[in-house]
Amino acid sequence: MISRPTPYKAIVIGGSAGSFPVITKVLSSLKTPYRIPLILCLHRLKHVRSGFVEALSIKSNIKVVEPFDKQTIKPGFAYLAPANYHLSIELGNHFSLSTEEMVSYSRPSIDITFESCGFAYKQKLLGVILSGANKDGAHGIRKVKAYGGTTLVQDPMESKVATMPTAAIESHKPNHIYSSQKIIDFLNLINR
Amino acid sequence: MPEQNQGVWNTQRNRPDIRLGFDELNYIIKIIKEVADFDFSHYAASSFQRRVYRVLEIYPFKSVQELVNRLRTDAQFTAEFIEEVTVNTTELFRDPEFWQEIRDSVLPSLAQHRNIHIWHAGCSTGEEVYSMAITLAEAGLLDRVKITATDINETVIKTAARGHYPERLFKLYDNNYRIFGGKKELSDYYKIENGSIRMNPELLANVKFRHFNLVGGEVFSKFDLVLCRNVMIYFDKVLQDQVSKLFYSSLFKYGFLAVGSKESLIWCSVSHKFKTISNDNKIYQARV
Repeated sequence: MISRPTPYKAIVIGGSAGSFPVITKVLSSLKTPYRIPLILCLHRLKHVRSGFVEALSIKSNIKVVEPFDKQTIKPGFAYLAPANYHLSIELGNHFSLSTEEMVSYSRPSIDITFESCGFAYKQKLLGVILSGANKDGAHGIRKVKAYGGTTLVQDPMESKVATMPTAAIESHKPNHIYSSQKIIDFLNLINR
Repeated sequence: MPEQNQGVWNTQRNRPDIRLGFDELNYIIKIIKEVADFDFSHYAASSFQRRVYRVLEIYPFKSVQELVNRLRTDAQFTAEFIEEVTVNTTELFRDPEFWQEIRDSVLPSLAQHRNIHIWHAGCSTGEEVYSMAITLAEAGLLDRVKITATDINETVIKTAARGHYPERLFKLYDNNYRIFGGKKELSDYYKIENGSIRMNPELLANVKFRHFNLVGGEVFSKFDLVLCRNVMIYFDKVLQDQVSKLFYSSLFKYGFLAVGSKESLIWCSVSHKFKTISNDNKIYQARV
């Protein structure tokens, strides 16, 4: 069988309320070596600086880290947006952090991370919006698609809290609307 | 200029549909350099792009050329533009664990000096300066300290010197201070008047504010502690390297440097000249 390199340079995933079980399931179901870096922007408590990485790491097949400012993005890692910072991507394949104003009452903001990933990776990006309780991400995922990327939204019927995926579907026409199991299958399928 | 600091930024969806790729950004950077002698070329591109979009959104420009024309002809606007593009969000006692570490690991060492010299590099609207002053006061060191607080932005320096903050933030600040474990109530250090928190001006008795640009800035004094948290994140690696050298040269023997909790000196050329005091809170001490 001829294996072709994956068309994706990065996968960006956004979620808030109800997304944690989906993320942990995704991280524990990825077949290693997983060659595409994952960038996770999840709403989280501002003052709980530690513990989240550890909680996500327990069952994860790939290493979960909170990136430092200007840290290089590498395959085999899931990068979690740190509490109280916005996470963006710079050309030259590294992160940068910012303490700019909150967007939709959120820092990190899914809109900011998605838009910045869209700008940096263009058609080589997969954007995924999961369960969540507000509309952050709806603008960002629309931009991901506008920059040529592929978009995937968790089926609102299956999402614990449907506000975020519903807003994402209303803001643009996603390439895929999948259940969490289909999301996992898809993420494994593109890792070739 | 609309009030921006600490504000919730909700206008993103109303952004004008103007292309701001690298060509456009470099063009704007070139013009700013010409008209204001201010160099944004080593700022981190992602946040710089967002800040410029923000200006395009607040002043409804229809094109980059329209913005550039205004920059060329209106010095007052250019000053406002530079202020808007630089980020000034901060909090009293942001990262309470950091302030605990300053209190428990750094101040005992500084207390051995007769005079303590502290530099807040990029002091923004002053919240870090007040946090420092309160921490020093509670350690009984406030009268032995000389604090220099600098920023490139004259407007935020004025805000810092006045020490008035929106009342809506006081819950966040009180909560930060409580986690920090201060000796009093934060409200002992301010009063609330006309919807704003007004910091006790006595906290600034030994504070000098001055205008200073870290870009191309040179050593102007020596310090026991330099605080520059969440400022260099807006710079690219080249400028971070340059500024961290400036900090090293601005420290006395065994002086301390504090950066933001998610900043790292690892890729800076002076990194081997520092010993890590706290990895979680990013406090470093200069080796000799």
